[in-house]
Amino acid sequence: MEIGLAHYLTVAACLFTLGMFGIFLNRKNVIIILMSVEMMLLAVNINFVAFSHFHGDLVGQVFSLFILTVAAAESAIGLAIIVVFFRNRGSIAVEDINMMKG
Amino acid sequence: MGLTAIFFYLFATLALASGAMVIVAKNPVHAVLFLIVTFFNAAGLFILLGAEFLAMLLVIVYVGAVAVMFLFVVMMLDVDFAELRAGFIKNAPVGLIVGGVVLAELVALLSARAIVPPPVAATGAPIPRDVTNTEALGQLLYTKYVYFFQGAGLVLLVAMIGAIVLTLHHRQGVKRQSIADQVARGPKTAVKMVKVASGGSVVPDAPKR
Repeated sequence: MEIGLAHYLTVAACLFTLGMFGIFLNRKNVIIILMSVEMMLLAVNINFVAFSHFHGDLVGQVFSLFILTVAAAESAIGLAIIVVFFRNRGSIAVEDINMMKG
Repeated sequence: MGLTAIFFYLFATLALASGAMVIVAKNPVHAVLFLIVTFFNAAGLFILLGAEFLAMLLVIVYVGAVAVMFLFVVMMLDVDFAELRAGFIKNAPVGLIVGGVVLAELVALLSARAIVPPPVAATGAPIPRDVTNTEALGQLLYTKYVYFFQGAGLVLLVAMIGAIVLTLHHRQGVKRQSIADQVARGPKTAVKMVKVASGGSVVPDAPKR
């Protein structure tokens, strides 16, 4: 059986759904939520690269590169915020994060 | 079944299985390690797709930097992770419903897409066959998308400065070396002439800090 575009898209869809499920499942743990977001971004990257390969267009890989950049920046900032928050409050539970009364 | 198919199913299965372990693992350290396995298998999928540069980037950036950063933070913070897992089962049904809906939508989209004929030809930048993937990506990135490339660098710079500014904090009451103060110190400030009466004594002032 030839591995086609649909196979890769299915894997990416499953990974994306897993990431989303993880956010619901670990609603209190910010670190696992961040990891789930990373997994969703990875799924998007797989989509881009799969389309790039099967359509013979390199731009998809360029875009995937930028997604990688933004994901790295996002996790760096997110983890920095977590560290600062833990230093101030001694907890990283999501329901404790209400200092701004949003 | 060709070798490509075997490797595809191997990488896909491992990626999905370790992805599932990321979200159900009891210990966050294990979750990070499973995230690393997921990234490795995704890199394998990228190699199957002919995107070698992105695969290596995934291994270097994600496994080498991001996942290790996660590991640092998980191990550095003294958090009771068992307490954070409370409500794990309670939240599962909602998550299952939402996740199921999204997966069903995505699969429906895929199956609907199978009817639509694929696009005729690439319009943007066709993948050149005679150069390596890295070279082709570089030729595209440094010419046509150079401003976006610079913008990505700027995003990383802002993220770096932001992370440093956020986490930098000056503790009070810690004695630090101040080279400027040391250099500026001279006989005028360091030496004090005191007349001591014969037989008397002088208690010097405490040094100013």
